[in-house]
Amino acid sequence: MNARNTTTEPGTAGPDLAGPDLAGPARGRRISRTAAAGTLLGTVALLIASCGGTSDAGSQPGAGTGPVRGGNLNFAISVDRGCIDPQQVGNNDAIAVARQTVASLTSQDPKTGEIVPWLAEKFEANKDATSFTFTLRSGATFADGTAIDAQSVKTNFEAIKALGAKATLGSTYLSDVSGITVKDPKTVVVDFAKPNAQFLQATSTFTLGLLSPASAKLSDADRCAGKFEGSGPFTVKSYTVDKEAVLERREGYAWPAATNSNKGEVYLDTVTFKIIPEAGNRTGSLQSGQIDATAAISAADIKLFDGNGFWKETRANPGVVYNLYSNESTPKLKETAVRQAISKAINREEITKTLLTEADQPAKGVLSHTTPFFKDFSELLKFDPDGAKKLLDDAGWKPGADGIRAKNGQRLSFSVTYWQSPKEVLELVQQQLKAVGIDLQLKFTTIADVTAAQANKDYDFSYGNLTRSDPDVLRTVFGANTARGGSNLRPALPVDTTLGEQAAALDKNARQRLVDQAQEALIKDAHSIPLYELSTTISASEKVHDLKFEASSRLDFYDAWLSK
Amino acid sequence: MLRYVGQRLLQGAFVLWAAYTVSFFILYLLPGDAVSIMASGDEQNAVDPALVAKLRSEYGLDRPLYEQYFIALGRALQLDFGISIKNGVAATRSVAEVLPETIKLAAAGFALAVLLGSALATAATFSRNPWVRQALGSLPPLGIAVPTFWIGLLLLQLFSFRLRLFPAIGNDGAASIVLPALTLAIPTAAVIAQLLSRSLRQTLGEPYIEQVRAKGASEALINFGHALRNAAIPTLTMLGILVGNLLAGAVVSETVFSRAGIGRLTVTAVNSRDIPVVQTLVVLAAVIFVVTSLVVDLIYPLVDPRINIGKTAKA
Repeated sequence: MNARNTTTEPGTAGPDLAGPDLAGPARGRRISRTAAAGTLLGTVALLIASCGGTSDAGSQPGAGTGPVRGGNLNFAISVDRGCIDPQQVGNNDAIAVARQTVASLTSQDPKTGEIVPWLAEKFEANKDATSFTFTLRSGATFADGTAIDAQSVKTNFEAIKALGAKATLGSTYLSDVSGITVKDPKTVVVDFAKPNAQFLQATSTFTLGLLSPASAKLSDADRCAGKFEGSGPFTVKSYTVDKEAVLERREGYAWPAATNSNKGEVYLDTVTFKIIPEAGNRTGSLQSGQIDATAAISAADIKLFDGNGFWKETRANPGVVYNLYSNESTPKLKETAVRQAISKAINREEITKTLLTEADQPAKGVLSHTTPFFKDFSELLKFDPDGAKKLLDDAGWKPGADGIRAKNGQRLSFSVTYWQSPKEVLELVQQQLKAVGIDLQLKFTTIADVTAAQANKDYDFSYGNLTRSDPDVLRTVFGANTARGGSNLRPALPVDTTLGEQAAALDKNARQRLVDQAQEALIKDAHSIPLYELSTTISASEKVHDLKFEASSRLDFYDAWLSK
Repeated sequence: MLRYVGQRLLQGAFVLWAAYTVSFFILYLLPGDAVSIMASGDEQNAVDPALVAKLRSEYGLDRPLYEQYFIALGRALQLDFGISIKNGVAATRSVAEVLPETIKLAAAGFALAVLLGSALATAATFSRNPWVRQALGSLPPLGIAVPTFWIGLLLLQLFSFRLRLFPAIGNDGAASIVLPALTLAIPTAAVIAQLLSRSLRQTLGEPYIEQVRAKGASEALINFGHALRNAAIPTLTMLGILVGNLLAGAVVSETVFSRAGIGRLTVTAVNSRDIPVVQTLVVLAAVIFVVTSLVVDLIYPLVDPRINIGKTAKA
C-alpha cells in the first residue's frame, strides 16, 4: 500500500495492524497447534501456522501426517443465484466457488493486511495514487494454455468495465479507470482519473481475478454457467444450477500467492459445492458425514461442531460492520442528538452475548477488527442509556403517555426494512431503544423489498454490512461525494473530504491518521451506528485440513487436504 | 366430441393468456426489480446507480409498462419468454433443464399418494373393527394438517441422519428420490383418502349395493368390483387440484431435500424478481392445469358410461 515500499517483502507487518486484537488469542492457539504437529513436519506446520489468518477461534486439528493428495471435499453452500463467474458475482456463496478458479495480480496477507505478489511479481504506484504499474511473473498460463501476459490483464479489466452493473464489485473498483497501457508483454499500467489508493487491494480480490482473453468474448450467460477458462488452482468441472458446482485440480498450476503454504498443484482432486438451502439439512448432513465442511451453520447449531470429530474456525469479515444507516434527509434523523442517543442506547455486548456465537464480536468501530487500518473506538460506543435519555431530554424530546418520546406532536418513531438474519438482532435493538423512549418499527422481509425501499429512498434506517479488506470501504458506504451519494443520504460534510484524502494517501501513517479521523467523525456524529461484526465460521469434519480464510474472509481451498 | 375438444382448447388458450397477463402485472406491482437486486449482492449496495440505470434500460425495464407487456406477449406467442435477468440464460431453457427432475419427483409422489391414499381409504372403510376404522379414519385430517415442511424434516432426521438409509441431498440415483417423493405423497395421499373414504361410505349406502349383495356377491366383489369403481369418480374430479397440490408441494420438498427442480427455480426466480423465468413457470403451470382437467373430462365416460361429454358441453 506504500508507494515506495514496492512489495517484494511479503509479510512486513504494518505496525498499525499488529494490535492485540489481531494477533493475541489467535496466535496463542496457533502455537499449540504447531506443537501438536510434531517435529517431522515442523517446517510445514510452521508455514501453515504463519499463513492461517487472524482467526478468533482457530481449532483446526493438527496434522498427523503431511498434506495428502487426493479425494473429493463436499462443501455445502446455501444459495445459488445461477452464476459462478468471478467477475460478475457478489454474493458470498458464489464467491466461495468463484475465488478458487482465478488467480489475482496480488494477494493480501490476512494477518497484516499487506499486499503481496501473486501473478504480479512486482507492483508500484505513483505518488498521487493515480497510476499503478504491474510486472507479471513468467510461466503462468490460463486453463486454455494461453499465457497470462500484460495484454490479457488489459482485456480482463476492460471486460469488467463493459459488464457495468453486472460486475457487482469490480465495477466499483474500476470506476475511475482512465486508461490501461500495455508497456511490454510483462508490464501493464492502469491509470485513474482520481487518486485511488484502494486499487492495489482491489487487485487481490477474486473479482479482479483473471480469465482467459477467449473467455472475455463469451456471452455473460456462458460465463455465469462456468464455461470460462480461469487462471486459478481449480477449474470448473461441472456446474448444475440449484444442485452443485464441481471444481477439479488444475494440472500444472505453479504460481501460488505468496501467502499460501502449498507451492504446486492443489491436494484435492475435486471440491463439490453442494447447494443446500435448508439450515437443518446442512447441520444434519455435516453431522452424518454427507458433507465434509460448510460455512453456513446457523448460530444456534454451531456448538454441535466444537470437538466430537469436528472443528470450527471463525473470522470476522473485514470491512464495514453491521450498521443502522440513518436516512438523514428525514427531519428527525437529521438531528445529531437523536442519532447519538440511538447509538448510546444500544447495548452491543448484549447482542453478541445473547444472540450470536461466542466467537462473534460487538462493533468496536465502523470497521471490523480484521480490516487493515482498524482502530478500536469502543470508548465511543459504550452502552449509556442515561446519556441517551439526557441527550433527548435536552433536545426537547419528552416521554409521552405510551413511554415513547415526542416533540411538537411528532413521535420519536422510526422504521427499518431488512432481510438479514438473525432477525432477532434488530428485535433486541428495538427493545433496547424502547427503554429510552424510542420506537423502532421492524419490517423483516425479502431482499427484493429491501432493495426497492433503498432505491426509492423510502426508509428511516437501512441495515447491512459491506465486506472489503480495505478502509476505502468507508467511502464506498458513507461517502456523500461518491456516485451513490452514501447510505446516509446527506449533503457532503468535512468527513467526506477526509474520506477523499484517505483514498489518495499511499503513505501508511498518513492513511492511518486519515482513516482514524474519518471513523471518529462518523461515530461521534452517529452517521454510523455500528452494531456487530459479521463473521464467517467454517465448520468441518476432522478429516478436513487447512481450509483457510483469505484476507477478505473468503474461503481458500488451495492448501486444503483430506486425511484418509 | 371433436367440437367439444375444440371448445375446451379455446378455453385453455384464454386461461393461458389470462395467467400470463395477471402474473405480468402482479410481478410489476411487487416492489423491487431484478436488476437492482442483482446489483446489490448480499450486502450494502455499492454499485453506481448510473450503471444500474443503464442495465435496466438494456433489459427494456425503463419502457412504459404497456409497451413492455405487448413486446413480451408478442415474443411469448412465439414461445420466446425472454432471458433470465440474473444469468442471461433463456428462461425456457432454465425451466426445461430442471423440469424432468420435477416430473420424476411428482410422478413418484403421485403414484405413492394414490397407493397410500386408496389403501388407507379402503382399509378405513371396509375394516370390521370399529377401533381400527376410527384410528385409520383420523389419519387423513392429520396428514392434511401437518405442514409438508415438517414432514420432510422428520423424514430427513430419521431415515437420512440417523438410520443413514437415504441421502439427504441431491438428485442422483433412485435412492435420492424416496424421501422427497414420500414427503410430497403424504399430504396428497391424505386428500385422496379423505375424499375416497367419504364417497365409499356414501356408495355403500346406495340401494344397488343391497341388490348386488342380495344376488349373492361376495363382500370383496361388492367392495372392490362395485363400490370402489363408483366411488372413484368424485376423487377423479379432484385430480386437477391434486396436481396443483403436487406442484406446490414440490417447492417445499425440493427445498428441504436440496433437489434441483422447478419448485426451487420458482422460489429463486420470485425472490430475484426474474420476471421472464417466473412467467415461463406460470404459463407452464397453467398448461398443466388445462391439460389435466381436459384429460379428466375425457376419461369420465370410460369410468362411468352414464356421463356423456357431448351433452355436458351443450348444457
